[in-house]
Amino acid sequence: MNYKVYIYIFVMAAVIYLIRLLPLTLIRKKITNKTFKSFLFYVPYVTLAVMTFPAILEATDSVWSGLAALIAGILLSYFGVSLFGVAVCSCAVVFVIELIIV
Amino acid sequence: MNQNSKWYKKGLRDGIPIALGYFAVSFTLGIVAKNAGLSAFQAILAAALTNASAGGYAGFTLISENASFLEMAITQFIVNARYLLMAAALSQKLAPKTSTLHRSLIAFDVTDEIFGISIGVKGTLNPFYNYGAMTVSIPCWAAGTGLGVLMGNILPQSLVSALSVGLYGMFLAIIIPPARKNKVIAGLVIISMALSFAFSKLPLISGISSGMRIIILTVLISLAAAVLFPVKDEEQSTDEL
Repeated sequence: MNYKVYIYIFVMAAVIYLIRLLPLTLIRKKITNKTFKSFLFYVPYVTLAVMTFPAILEATDSVWSGLAALIAGILLSYFGVSLFGVAVCSCAVVFVIELIIV
Repeated sequence: MNQNSKWYKKGLRDGIPIALGYFAVSFTLGIVAKNAGLSAFQAILAAALTNASAGGYAGFTLISENASFLEMAITQFIVNARYLLMAAALSQKLAPKTSTLHRSLIAFDVTDEIFGISIGVKGTLNPFYNYGAMTVSIPCWAAGTGLGVLMGNILPQSLVSALSVGLYGMFLAIIIPPARKNKVIAGLVIISMALSFAFSKLPLISGISSGMRIIILTVLISLAAAVLFPVKDEEQSTDEL
């Protein structure tokens, strides 16, 4: 089982490196296919949204603290708080709420 | 050569706030790694070799589910597909004569944040700027991940529970500000979350592993958006900054 983890890590590292390497070394002209370009543009937003919800509700000890962290995270990001600030505040919200309800 | 060391120092300086942020965020990634059963060494290795938050998160989740290697490869491709676009944009920012060696080294650490600062540099990009930023940010990313694994055992459960949402907070901080400026992205974020919720609850579909659900939903929704709302060049370049 343990050696398998290293194969997983190798697969992760190899795929991620190739994704970053190939455009930098091979593509010297701009991508022209509009649909493909648009697809790549939308991918990060869709995939991060899909990964965040509903997983955030199951990440904590209570569904309610997870929901509160989601709402706090959305509001803080909306009003321009930094990546670091949003991450820390989401954690703080969960901690405080679970002091009360868990 | 003098020019290179000047750029290296500038990269170091600009990399410090990024490194501090990485340290805190990767700590929560370490907790995910610990929950997936990885040792501190394995988590540090994975973090240092991938330098990817969403990719690391998805990877550790798949490891805990004992997914196939093919599923891992496809998921990593989908989750990190944005780096294709960023790397392509960076290739335009480099002087055309930049050697393949320099291009290969920069490629190792094309992250949201380092992409952001290197595309923001005036004129052409000197690879030594990236090397400076990488020098501070990669060790912090790896060390934070390792500490997350180790401290996860020591910290009280209430703190671990709280820190588990840090990564999601970071994801929100990446997707919400562009959603505020761009109605299509805002709509996509809402639809993505709604469908993701539905997929996790519906009979039959909820049996699919979460990794496959991420792939299927991302491809379907992004492709539909690309066909219905093709992106204009100017719009894309401002949003990526």
